Amino acid sequence: MSATDIHDPNRRDFLYVATGMAAVVGAGAVAWPFIDQMRPDASTLALASVEVDVSSLQPGSSLVVKWRGKPVVVRNRTEKEMKDGAAVNLADLKDPIARNANLPSDAPATDANRTTPGKEAWMVMVQVCTHLGCIPLGQEGDFGGWFCPCHGSQYDTAGRIRKGPAPENMAIPVFKFISDTKILIG
Amino acid sequence: MSEGHSTYTPKTGIERWFDARMPLPRLVHDSFVAYPVPRNLNYMWTFGGILSLMLAAQILTGIVLAMHYTSDTNLAFDSVEKIMRDVNSGWLLRYLHSNGASFFFVAVYIHIFRGLFYGSYKAPRELLWILGCIIYLLMMATGFMGYVLPWGQMSFWGATVITGFFSAIPLVGNWIQELLLGGFAVDNPTLNRFFALHYLLPFMIAGVVVLHIWALHVVGQSNPTGIEVKSKTDTVAFTPYATIKDAFGMIVFLFVFAYFVFYLPNFLGHPDNYTVANPLKTPAHIVPEWYFLPFYAILRAITFNIGPINSKLGGVLCMFGAIAMLFLVPWLDTSKVRSAVYRPWYKLFFWLFVADAILLGWLGSQPAEGSYVFMAQMATLFYFAFFLVVMPVLGLIETPRRLPNSITEAVLEKKKGSGHPARATAAPEITG
Repeated sequence: MSATDIHDPNRRDFLYVATGMAAVVGAGAVAWPFIDQMRPDASTLALASVEVDVSSLQPGSSLVVKWRGKPVVVRNRTEKEMKDGAAVNLADLKDPIARNANLPSDAPATDANRTTPGKEAWMVMVQVCTHLGCIPLGQEGDFGGWFCPCHGSQYDTAGRIRKGPAPENMAIPVFKFISDTKILIG
Repeated sequence: MSEGHSTYTPKTGIERWFDARMPLPRLVHDSFVAYPVPRNLNYMWTFGGILSLMLAAQILTGIVLAMHYTSDTNLAFDSVEKIMRDVNSGWLLRYLHSNGASFFFVAVYIHIFRGLFYGSYKAPRELLWILGCIIYLLMMATGFMGYVLPWGQMSFWGATVITGFFSAIPLVGNWIQELLLGGFAVDNPTLNRFFALHYLLPFMIAGVVVLHIWALHVVGQSNPTGIEVKSKTDTVAFTPYATIKDAFGMIVFLFVFAYFVFYLPNFLGHPDNYTVANPLKTPAHIVPEWYFLPFYAILRAITFNIGPINSKLGGVLCMFGAIAMLFLVPWLDTSKVRSAVYRPWYKLFFWLFVADAILLGWLGSQPAEGSYVFMAQMATLFYFAFFLVVMPVLGLIETPRRLPNSITEAVLEKKKGSGHPARATAAPEITG
């Protein structure tokens, strides 16, 4: 072969390309474990469910349990909080999606869709601000729901974002009432 | 500067032996002894040396602190308290390290503003400037991860908020955030990897510093007039002139540093960080370290959706954009004159920008409510306008003052103007 013969791919060109490709694939294969080790490990991924006894919760009181390293609030809402939540016009909501893991992903963010049928007084919600992950304070702010002290996001009594930088309503995890006084989260 | 030939002459047998095999003494001589610097450098030019000193000090105190620290969520907080109470001189080493980080940033901010004032980023110093910006980014990453290690409340929630930035990225954001945290929330895997990276990054900074100084020694220092060195009379030798000036600057800087270490060691910290991290309770008022406050204010200023970009992604983009502006400065500034000394309008806007940055810093420390939000939005608007409007437009419409013909002329003019006896005999020096 001659060096000037560039238009005629020959055996040597093929070997160059093949060797180069093998090197790239090899480098990727070696690099992957170094990235992969950073992902959540098996013990973190082991998804635990928590059972919560809510018999002690009077209307207007809440409790917080830790689930997957994050706080989940269970609140027995007052009549006024429920009425305030239901009175909201959906067009006023910054995030119109319910963000309820028990419902289809496009369910509208009505007060009923933020709770569970027959148990509309009960809010079960991952109490983590959807902005940057702070824990909002309960029953504070302009809407009587939650107020995030970090960047001023305000949520209403159904945990829907109303004001401030957070983009989404607070997430509702998979949960169900296994009896009148017990909730299974996860 | 590079055009000068090496003036190093090995004097002893050992020096000759080295010079023929690995000419390290020649490199040191050419870079730090005979290296010519502009004769009119002022004290703003001593901060490069001060920053090198702070980097070395941080690495030194950091290595000995690592010998007593434990990066486990159950032990980290107590191990830091053990350093404070039980380890011999531990309190001093820790205060040196934590205040050292703050003073590292004090020095870097003066260094950056110096560059912006005197137009040090202009051709041929664009790459030098960009290497500096990379060092600044690495410093921010190092400072952030270091602040997580004591595992106090601010450590934990600062880490939560800052790693939360990545969840704003569409589609892959959550995956990236989990990759960084090693879990669904900040926890033991996060603390361990932050410790490993906090130990690694300063050495990467040191590497980029070498490139930064290399680039500097190719193009030479800028100077307060912004006029390039034209003749030998424009320069003096690095040693003793710059060496002694740098040393004096370092001593004064260390005086202030020592005052904080010994008399106000927690002034720049936050009392909440002496409370152990609690993943279920956010402090009532969460703030980052002071050196991140202006960017934090910009992050919080975006409370509204911008078209398809929601407020969260918008805030994160603005915050990173605020830093990205620095990288673009060499091409945003259209002025042919380097130094603000000869640019009356730029000088005015420069000081407004300094005031704006300080205002943003103060707003970042205030709660994100009421009129603070509006003020932060206005200050953010000015921050970006300075780079994207003032810098390009002013360069085209501003009439600069008359530039002196050379550094030497500028120095002599200044001497005359300030009433010092003019060195009339300086004339023979101007030989070109």
